[in-house]
Amino acid sequence: MSQALKRRFREQILIMFGREPGKPEQISPQAKEIHDLKRVTNKADLQAAKEAHRLHQAHSHKWRNRRWVTLLLANLLFVVSYHFDIQILEGALTASRFIGFHLIDLNSALQVMLAHKHVINNLLIGTGTVLVLWVLLGGRTFCSWVCPYHLLAEFAEKIHLRLVKMKLVTDQPIDRRLRSLFWLLFAVLALATGYTVYEAISPTGIASRALIYGPGLAMLWVLALLAFEIVFSRRAWCRYICPIGLTYGVVGIISPVRVKYTLKDCFHEGDCRKVCLVPHVLDTVIKGRAVDAEVPIGPDCTRCGLCVDACPTGSLKFDVKGLGKLL
Amino acid sequence: MTGDATPPVSAERRQQDRRRVLRTLLLSGSVLGVALSGYLPLVYSKKKRLRPPGALDEKDFLASCIKCGQCVQVCPVQAIKLADMVDGFGVGTPYIDAREQACDFSCDAVQCILACPTGSLTYQKPGFLPVRPGAALATKPTLLAKEHDPEPTLNLAERIGLARLTRPESCLARQGKGFKGQARGPQFQGELRYMSVDRWKPIKVADHPYDVALCDLCVQVCPIKGAISIETVSAPDGSQCQSPVVHESCVGCGVCEMICPTEPASIEIIPGEGWPA
Repeated sequence: MSQALKRRFREQILIMFGREPGKPEQISPQAKEIHDLKRVTNKADLQAAKEAHRLHQAHSHKWRNRRWVTLLLANLLFVVSYHFDIQILEGALTASRFIGFHLIDLNSALQVMLAHKHVINNLLIGTGTVLVLWVLLGGRTFCSWVCPYHLLAEFAEKIHLRLVKMKLVTDQPIDRRLRSLFWLLFAVLALATGYTVYEAISPTGIASRALIYGPGLAMLWVLALLAFEIVFSRRAWCRYICPIGLTYGVVGIISPVRVKYTLKDCFHEGDCRKVCLVPHVLDTVIKGRAVDAEVPIGPDCTRCGLCVDACPTGSLKFDVKGLGKLL
Repeated sequence: MTGDATPPVSAERRQQDRRRVLRTLLLSGSVLGVALSGYLPLVYSKKKRLRPPGALDEKDFLASCIKCGQCVQVCPVQAIKLADMVDGFGVGTPYIDAREQACDFSCDAVQCILACPTGSLTYQKPGFLPVRPGAALATKPTLLAKEHDPEPTLNLAERIGLARLTRPESCLARQGKGFKGQARGPQFQGELRYMSVDRWKPIKVADHPYDVALCDLCVQVCPIKGAISIETVSAPDGSQCQSPVVHESCVGCGVCEMICPTEPASIEIIPGEGWPA
């Protein structure tokens, strides 16, 4: 890894905690060369190339469809396991057993450990298994590929964007540092009050239980959140509040699964940033920002693949670190 | 814009920033408000819930329950339900509504405890947690259904509540009355395991009518050996009468409350109640 990439790696962690991305201070010679080349390119040629790409662009929803299928299957497996008593995946997203093996959501486990101050073996085993699983699969991959609230919020986002287009609402951005603050606050609250305070309002837990055991009044809270996101602030819960996202984001720091950006072919049109849940991780696609010829996207990325689908030039691709070398 | 000079901030930009701070504060306040609403006495139900067998004391239970419902899934009579938002911090935690469907231990081994991944329901309480006064059982309770098995006891160290004749005036036994018919009427959905019918499969209470000269349904269905019996007692007016009497081995499962044919039930479980010293 180049010096510039190492530096970026550290910066991306801070950006996940809420810092705003800025212009890079260090750019590798190779990237500099590409940036310079792009500057001298004839404008008319560039326009022609862009249009040619647009013409041949396949409007694909490949990754979105794969993701939705995975998300639905994972959640339906809980439902089917319980209602048909086939005992494959018992429990809910907060804690479950997959053919007997304990799986425990990292954030829920953290809340329980802090509130109860006592950790039994099963809790430890389940948490460890899930930790290894999501290190391998990409940390926040949990958010976009498994969390049921994510799917509900995606539909709400579609409505929100339509209303924005009709000029009926505008997206009101909120300070991203809030999520780190909430993470800390909920940890301290669990420790101090002895209640798993976050679990009482977690839309992930509530939606998962509603699906499996039937909805209750708690779904009203989830609906209120969705309404807030539709009329006020795009994807507000996932972007500015959810401590689960930050927990899995931290896990994703060392994960080999990520989206990789290749500078060479990118036209810097920003389609990817428009569809992204966490556009601050895509700051590298802004003209002149990429610090190297190839840049891995930071840990706050949910690996949802919307940018991969949206990119007309194939500059954003899924990548497993080390796999290329291995093959 | 050039170089390192800080760009001048326009009045419009300043206003935008101010608004963003306001929105951030507003959102934080609302989320925190909802998060802490569990403390509101209005929202937080004061009614004590009957927790599944092996549950830690209420405060520790709420601290350790991860709200996954695995206990719900293993219960053969679906006695365990998950609480809703009116339970404040208890949203998603399991409880038993004994009048609707009590725990009759027809799983034989307290499966819900086995299923619990966090130790909220436990056979063996960790040493640092205190035992509620009167909660400790003198001996391990003997399950009548497996009385003749090599291991007839349930692995339970504490009771989850205690049965009490809360409405002695309506108790049929105390009035010297018998009972004939379906204990809770034809519509009642609750199930019990009747050893005389099937060792393993619980059946609907409605499918098992009674005909007794003196009502002793609570004693008949009690799954624990020696937990309740009909005794001759003195009524408040000095006369002698027959009455169900709860003994020390009661674990608080609630089957007596479920079967009691009077409306409302004459005998009820007091959740978390200990045996008086």
